[in-house]
Amino acid sequence: MSEQSGDKDAANQTQSPSDKIPITLKINGANHNLQIEPRVSLLDALREFAGLTGTKKGCNQGACGACTVLADGERINSCFALAVQYEGADITTIEGLANGELHPLQAAFVENDGFQCGYCTPGQICSAIGMVKEFQNGLPSAVSDSMTGEYEFSDEEIKERMSGNLCRCGAYVGIVEAIHEAFDAEVAR
Amino acid sequence: MKNFTYQRAETAESAINLIGQNAGAKFLGGGTNLVDLMRENIEQPDALVDVTRLSKEISETENGGIRIGAAVKNTTLANNEIVREKFPVLSQAILFGASGQIRNMATVGGNILQRTRCYYFYDDAAKCNKREPNSGCDAIGGFNRIHAILGTSESCIATHPSDMCVALTALDAKVLVEGADGKREIAFNDFHKLPENTPNIETNLKDDELITAIEIPKNDFAKNSLYRKVRDRASYAFALVSVAAVLEVENDAVKNVRIALGGVAHKPWRATEAENFLSGKEASEENYRKAAEAELKDAKGFGHNDFKIELAKRTIVSVLNELAGGKNQ
Repeated sequence: MSEQSGDKDAANQTQSPSDKIPITLKINGANHNLQIEPRVSLLDALREFAGLTGTKKGCNQGACGACTVLADGERINSCFALAVQYEGADITTIEGLANGELHPLQAAFVENDGFQCGYCTPGQICSAIGMVKEFQNGLPSAVSDSMTGEYEFSDEEIKERMSGNLCRCGAYVGIVEAIHEAFDAEVAR
Repeated sequence: MKNFTYQRAETAESAINLIGQNAGAKFLGGGTNLVDLMRENIEQPDALVDVTRLSKEISETENGGIRIGAAVKNTTLANNEIVREKFPVLSQAILFGASGQIRNMATVGGNILQRTRCYYFYDDAAKCNKREPNSGCDAIGGFNRIHAILGTSESCIATHPSDMCVALTALDAKVLVEGADGKREIAFNDFHKLPENTPNIETNLKDDELITAIEIPKNDFAKNSLYRKVRDRASYAFALVSVAAVLEVENDAVKNVRIALGGVAHKPWRATEAENFLSGKEASEENYRKAAEAELKDAKGFGHNDFKIELAKRTIVSVLNELAGGKNQ
């Protein structure tokens, strides 16, 4: 709501709790004008209102990571996000990654058996893309030897940084391999 | 989830004004705890005032400390160069908590105000004095493996779940708050309360008060600091016991020491007994053990969590040993 400002930005002085409010979400580069209650999560807004069902609902309580999307390039759990809080953000979902051909990480998941049933895969892929950006920004992790310095893009670091995404089929080995294949060269640069 | 109205504050003043207009209103940060609790109908606010667009600034203070805006995201704080260099225990504590996604959403203010993960608090079929005052506590006598061993009461044995707060306690941080009656500062150790007879009242924050920032005072020895978290799996789990410690040894004697414990109490637990014991003494494993014994002397287990008493002692000793070895300089 960048066109509003100050106290007036408290958009809804006459709002009643059951009212739907108009919001605009920018998803994969396109604006979606939605009428939703403030309680609608970003996950439900994507799936039920914007018709983008690639993002999956697993636990709906932040434990599994299936709902992971990127907001301004940062990975988040869309189940915990109220859609109304993400007005103005650039949302990227699994549907927004392929550009004529598969994103390199999507191709690497296929090549390395990074899934079996595939339900966690959209979240795994969005999470890994956000994770690599964090790594390139110099963010340490709980398994880094020190909080300062260079970190190795090792299996141990990848596993720790991806611990917010569960795979009940147990395709973790393939997921780590796929992340290496897609990003090792980029991270080394 | 119950319906509610949503308002977005652009200034601390407007946030305080908005919260004052509705007794059923709550501040909303990243939503990673509040939205979850609302989905379970444990929290049922009539209105949310979104404060995530307030101060996101991290700056050095005139006195050589740092000031962290309440809307700073956990990831941003953990990756801040000053914090990584001068207060590594804080970066570590944050990075040992939650998952990458949650750390990207959660704000500093919200992390401080997150509520316990006691199973009985989350289960509305169970008795819980925190959720419903005077209804009883099913954790006492129930499955209490994750519960508190220090500062408990007959009303509540829940723990505070934050990792970040354990480090902030050890670093003598202050919480800066602002309400209709003006601004004030609360020492971190005085911010959260023990349960006593009112476990539903968790902090000394007044209803209309907003956390605006955290300040960590200048500290030249916190470079040698460490956070260790003991948990049931290697990542993405709450602490059974955690220790944040800062240690400076000079001529084999303890010159400065700060210790705080997580996973053991209703608040981040500042280990003053252990600190007082160690001050000026020889930096030795024997003394670390004595200090840990002194800190845990009043600890009380509830059956399933008895193991935490010894675990807390051993974790304190292990962390101080590692810090004295200078590995984290």
